[in-house]
Amino acid sequence: MTMNRRAFLRVSALAGGGMLIGLYSRPALAQLRRPGPPPEPSAYIRIAADGTVTIMAKDPEVGQGVKTMLPMLIAEELDADWAHVVIEQADLDPAKYAMQFTGGSTATPINWDPMRQVGAACRQMLLAAAAELWHVSPSTCSTTAGRVLHHASNRSAGYGELAARAAALPVPDVSAVALKNPRDYRIIGHTQGGCDVHAIVTGQPLFGIDMTLPGMLYAVYQKCPVFGGKVVNANVEEVGRLPGVRHAFVVAGAVPDGEILAGDPGLLPGVAIVADTWWQAQSARKQLKVVWDEGKGAAQSSAGFAQQAETLSKQPPARTLRHDGDVDTALQHAAAHVEAAYAYPFIAHAPLEPQNCTAHYTDGHLVIWSTSQTPANGRGLVARTLGMPEDRITIHMLRAGGGFGRRLTNDYLVEAAWIAKTVGVPVKLLWAREDDMTNDYYRPAGFQYLKGGVDASGRLIAWHNHFVTWGEGDRYSPSATLSPTEFPARYVPNFTLGTSVMPLWLKTGALRAPGSNVHAFVIQSFLDELAHAAGRDPVAFRRTLLDAAPLPAPAPPAGPFGAQFDAGRMRGVLDLVAARSGWAERKTQAGRALGVAFHFSHLGYFAEVADVSVTAGHRVKIHRVWVAADIGRQIINPGAAENMVQGAIIDGLSELMAQEITLEHGRVMQTNYDRHPMVRLMQAPPEIDVHWLKTDHPPTGLGEPALPPIIPAVCNAIFTATGTRIRTLPLANHGFSWA
Amino acid sequence: MRFELTVNGRSSTVDVSPDTPLLWVIRDVLNLKGTKYGCGIGQCGACMVHVAGRAVHSCLTPVSRAAHLPITTVEGLSADGTHPVQIAWREVDVPQCGYCQAGQIMSASALLARTPKPTDEDIDAAMSGNLCRCGTYLRIRQAVHKAAALAAGPSTQPGSASRRGGRE
Repeated sequence: MTMNRRAFLRVSALAGGGMLIGLYSRPALAQLRRPGPPPEPSAYIRIAADGTVTIMAKDPEVGQGVKTMLPMLIAEELDADWAHVVIEQADLDPAKYAMQFTGGSTATPINWDPMRQVGAACRQMLLAAAAELWHVSPSTCSTTAGRVLHHASNRSAGYGELAARAAALPVPDVSAVALKNPRDYRIIGHTQGGCDVHAIVTGQPLFGIDMTLPGMLYAVYQKCPVFGGKVVNANVEEVGRLPGVRHAFVVAGAVPDGEILAGDPGLLPGVAIVADTWWQAQSARKQLKVVWDEGKGAAQSSAGFAQQAETLSKQPPARTLRHDGDVDTALQHAAAHVEAAYAYPFIAHAPLEPQNCTAHYTDGHLVIWSTSQTPANGRGLVARTLGMPEDRITIHMLRAGGGFGRRLTNDYLVEAAWIAKTVGVPVKLLWAREDDMTNDYYRPAGFQYLKGGVDASGRLIAWHNHFVTWGEGDRYSPSATLSPTEFPARYVPNFTLGTSVMPLWLKTGALRAPGSNVHAFVIQSFLDELAHAAGRDPVAFRRTLLDAAPLPAPAPPAGPFGAQFDAGRMRGVLDLVAARSGWAERKTQAGRALGVAFHFSHLGYFAEVADVSVTAGHRVKIHRVWVAADIGRQIINPGAAENMVQGAIIDGLSELMAQEITLEHGRVMQTNYDRHPMVRLMQAPPEIDVHWLKTDHPPTGLGEPALPPIIPAVCNAIFTATGTRIRTLPLANHGFSWA
Repeated sequence: MRFELTVNGRSSTVDVSPDTPLLWVIRDVLNLKGTKYGCGIGQCGACMVHVAGRAVHSCLTPVSRAAHLPITTVEGLSADGTHPVQIAWREVDVPQCGYCQAGQIMSASALLARTPKPTDEDIDAAMSGNLCRCGTYLRIRQAVHKAAALAAGPSTQPGSASRRGGRE
């Protein structure tokens, strides 16, 4: 950047400081609060003398569109000329940007107000500068597309001409500036293409994996096939003599007990191979011989876990998380009751860009180029592991080829940092796909044992769930929880939720719509079972449930993440999806049916209907999907929002059909996409209709909440079409495949 | 070992072991980063390039087999991003993360070169070797049709590319 800094709009710093921490689990999300102090406009906007407006994108971009969306918020209120706005990715700088984090569909609720306020404050200063220049009242001036106008005197000035003068003016109270009436929006609410799309379609270097530095070497890092296993010895001297190999060494690493439950155990033991090219490093790996101490993980197997869960299911839950009314008595008096055991597997995130990180250590300073979704956490982890102060670590953020929660943790980052510090030259660590698939923070498997009952009028009166999951004592493995407030809690008079935990020596973590991506399957499938047991229409049964007067709930925590389930909003999207899909007029046909499901997560209300046919040979075709969504009053970037929802549906279908991670002797048996497949173009539904129900609530996020309902919607359709009730995932284990 | 390669019309000599996949020669020796690594076993198609006009997985193609054949990567489709497929991808705003899209574009451009007016079934068949982890498939199909229309000429051209590729 060679622009004259004095030509930029610069304003004095406002009070900054830490406001939020990088958290992503559901309980942690509930703790998130609106940033207290207002943001500093100069951190986000630079206006050059030639009028070029540069807006900083502060958060990691992993494909959720935030690099375009957050600048849109600023540009709208700034009244910039969007066609000429330059968007620049910010580095990690918590002093300037507070929280820089991608996860939990939080970007919109966290940034909706502050980013607009930044733009509005800047616009107000430009207006004031023009008014001062022309000796008129600011109230007689207006702005449009990067210019201030004074209609009465027919004068106008570009933002670039006013920037220097504006920079000398006092900064308005950012939280008190007037914001536009949404009727006047010209950027928000209008589809804007992704800011990197040209670079993407022309193949320019953009992603983490594309980073290069002069003199850079390439690294691979071999870890034990059993999680946490230690190196006893390795033929590193022999490997070090292979073509192109510059370094081969053992990294002791360690997984402290308990850290696995905390979420990011850090540097695992392994062997690093560093070579002139990645292919040389990867090829040398074939000659690598390691004797491992596999440790306690080697005794684990998926079959063993299933047996353990079955045993636990026969015993009372170890903990009771919720207890309303009297489930046993209600079940005795129920007109119909159902018992069902549901289960779902571990699955991997498998973003298409394998984990990688480039790092350079010189003179006690470490520079990292990373695709982390939580770069601040990554810096902390590196500082602790390498024993160096955080202020000696610089992190540049690069576009990531997908996140889905995988890059919330920073294992690859700390590996690259360790290797770079050891070899002293720039190093790019790149995991092979097999490393990625076998060293994930897996979406936890789980087992849910349900009982439910309906009364003679077909109303749901009893619900019992014994959730067998992972953890130790009172602690659960990451993302292996089920909230006692999860619907239908409060809407069923007799309700219990109990849990029992099994110890797990494997990393687990948040996968897109964590918790929800399995709980929606269980809850909405079991509700469907109960609707059929009651002899009622699945939509009508759900309407009755949503219309029930709920049991009282404790006051929600303050802030945008405190909102509790609002049955009225869910009723709205259920009615909308029923109307759009022609639910009431649907025809029953052998082998083809509609299925419905809804779920609330990440502040979003989604109801979905799938039109599914199943052949005699169990070949499944999804003809069409209807989505009705309530994420508040404003869809910020409609085209990108629709794309995101359609992608979430397809992602859910991949999880549904065939994704499964299994363990034998502690080893992950699926190493690549051939055995952990995703939906391909010919298998995707040809139509996915997205309908927005705009309600007068603040806009909320979209990365996650569209996914959960599609899985039970399809399972419920399969039941109606075939009479087969799917209680365990994936579908492929029941002989199903895509048509 | 030395190999003569012609990539995007430019000849170069590379010195690598003969089993090196073309992917890694393109990425790390020739420093063309548009071609991506996703799986290494021909499952995902992120590494798709044209060799003698055919879309192939560069992760499964040893450099020795590509020598002396014309190779095109996404960087060589056009000088400035004006290949009809690139224009269509921008106009439809296909990408989410964008990582698979160079491979998708290479498969789509190979399809259109031999089938200028593809049906949905043609597109299904030609594009099902490319995974999109973000699930942008509906837009990929739409963009292939649009690219076919753009290539057919101005009478059916729906619009020109904007810098941002938006659909204002």
